[in-house]
Amino acid sequence: MESKYEAVIGLEVHAQLLTETKIFCGCSTKFGNPANTNVCPVCLGHPGVLPVLNKKVVEYAVRMGIATNCTINKKSVFARKNYFYPDLPKGYQISQFELPVCEKGFVDIVCADGTEKRLGITRIHLEEDAGKSIHDQGSETLVDVNRCGVPLIEIVSEPDMRTPEDAYLYLTKIKQLVQYLGVCDGNMEEGSLRCDANISIRPKGQKELGTKAEVKNMNSFRNVEKAIALEIERQIEIIEEGGRIVQETLLFNADTNKLASMRSKEEAHDYRYFPDPDLIPTIISEEWKKQISDSLPELPDTRKARFIEGYKLPAYDAEILTGQKELADYYECVLKETNDYKSASNWVMGEVLKTIKEEKIEISDFPVSPENLGKLINLINKNVISGKIAKDVFPVLLKDNRDPEIIVKEKNLVQITDTGAIEESVDKIISSSPNQVQEYLSGKEKVLGFFVGQIMKETKGKANPAVVNEILRNKLNTLK
Amino acid sequence: MSVTIKDVEHIAKLARLDIKENELENYTKHLNSILDYMEKLNELDTRGVEPLFNPIENTNFFREDIPVRSIPREEALKNAPARTDEHFKVPKVISQD
Ligand SMILES: [Zn+2]
Repeated sequence: MESKYEAVIGLEVHAQLLTETKIFCGCSTKFGNPANTNVCPVCLGHPGVLPVLNKKVVEYAVRMGIATNCTINKKSVFARKNYFYPDLPKGYQISQFELPVCEKGFVDIVCADGTEKRLGITRIHLEEDAGKSIHDQGSETLVDVNRCGVPLIEIVSEPDMRTPEDAYLYLTKIKQLVQYLGVCDGNMEEGSLRCDANISIRPKGQKELGTKAEVKNMNSFRNVEKAIALEIERQIEIIEEGGRIVQETLLFNADTNKLASMRSKEEAHDYRYFPDPDLIPTIISEEWKKQISDSLPELPDTRKARFIEGYKLPAYDAEILTGQKELADYYECVLKETNDYKSASNWVMGEVLKTIKEEKIEISDFPVSPENLGKLINLINKNVISGKIAKDVFPVLLKDNRDPEIIVKEKNLVQITDTGAIEESVDKIISSSPNQVQEYLSGKEKVLGFFVGQIMKETKGKANPAVVNEILRNKLNTLK
Repeated sequence: MSVTIKDVEHIAKLARLDIKENELENYTKHLNSILDYMEKLNELDTRGVEPLFNPIENTNFFREDIPVRSIPREEALKNAPARTDEHFKVPKVISQD
C-alpha cells in the first residue's frame, strides 16, 4: 500500500541467557521444575540478603555486544527499577540504567529486494527476570518465583525500522546471533526471546516523531510482523479521521488477531531508577574483552561468506543454510561424507527443510543423520541409483536411519546401467508400440518421453536415464 | 527544588503508603527541608568529578556459574501470609481481557 505516512518502529528484545544459575544467586535456571523449588532467600527478596553477580552473565552480554558491533562500556552499573507487582518479591527489579554493559551498535539486514539496511542498537543491558503469576486458578493470583532472577539481556534498537518486514528481519537476525553465540536458545514461543515494539507514524518527509504506542505480547516472529502492521493501520486510521494518538500500551491477542489497550497501567513508567547500593560497579578491561572476543564462535555473516567462497554456493543457498546455526552445522556434517557441495545444499534446502516444516520439528530432531544423507548423494553421483530413486529412498531413511547403500541393496533399487538389460527392455517397448514408433519416425520427437516413461516403468525406475536415452535414440534412428 | 502536596500524593501512591489528607502538608514540609539540606551539596563545583555510584571502591565481585542448592519449598512458603501447597497466594491481580 502506497501511503503518505511512514512508520517508525523500535524494538525491545529480552533474551533469557543460557546460564546454569540465576544472575544474583546460585539457584538453578532450569525450566519446568516444580513451582517455587528454584528459590533461595536472595531471589525470594528476603531482607538482609546480598546479590552476587554471575560472571558468565556479563560474558554473555559482552558476547552479544561484540557480535552487534557495540561499544563495550569499561564500567557498568546496576540500578533498581521500582514497581510493585506480586511476581517481583523485592518491589524492584535489578536492571541497568545509566551505564549499561553495551551501547551504540548495529546489525545489517537484507531486505526482500536484496538491499541492505543498517539498523542501530541503542544499548544492551543486563537485568533479572520476574516470576510468574497465575491468574486463572480460582479467585486469587498464584505466584511461582522460580523464574525470578533468571538472567536477561535487553537489546534496545534505535527507531530505525520502517516496515513490519524490517522488524521481522531484525528480530530474525537477533535470534540468529543469540543462537550462534550460544547465549540464548531464541525460542519465542516458549518465552526465552520476547519482543515489545514501539510504533509511531508521521507524514512522509516529516522529521519529528509522532506519538508512539507500545505493543506487547507478541509470542512468535509472524505475530510481531502482524501486530506491527495492525498498529500502523490503526494509527493511520485515527490520524486520517482527525484524531490524535495517545501514548499507551497495547496487547496483541493472537487468537483474535486484535490489539487491545492495556488500561490498567499503573502510574505510567515512573520507575524511579537509582544505582543499586548492594552491587559494586563492573569493570570490563580490554584484556577481558579480548578474551571474550577471541572465544566467539564463527558468526553468521562470516560463515555465509565462507560458504559462498569455499563451497562455491550461490548467495541464496548460503543465506538459507547459515540462517540457523544447527542447519549450517548439519550441512557441514553432510560435507564430511560428500564433496558435492551444491547437491548437498539442494538436499538440505529441499527435502530436509521441507520435512522439518511439515513435521514441525527442529533440525536437531531430524531423523536422517548427515552422514547417511551424504552417502545417499554419493550413491547418485556414483551412478548406483538415479536421482529419482534417491527421492524414494529418502522417506525410507526418514523412518529407518541406516546406511542408504544397504537399504538400496535390500530393496533391490540398484540402478541398471547394464546396457544389455536396458536394450532388451527398449526392444520390447519398440515392438509393442508401433503407433508411437510411426509418430517418432514422422518427426514427433515428443514421443520419446513416452518410450522413456514406459522403460522406467518396466525397470521400476532403476534404469539409468542417460543410458536409456542413448540406446533408445540409436535404436529408433536405425528404423528411419 | 521543592516538592508540592501533589508530588507527595504521587510518591505516596507509588510507595503504596496511605497518607491521610491532614498529614499531607506536614510530609511536604519535611521532604522539602531534607531537599533543602541536600541542595547545599549543589553549592560545590563538581565539574570534572566522576560520579560515584557506590561508596565502596571495590569492583568486579563475581560468582562462578555453579548451582548451589536451593531451599526446600516448604521453607520458602513458610512465612507467606497466604499460600497453597505450591504457590504464594496474593489478591487477584487485574489482568486485561
Ligand atoms: Zn535464588
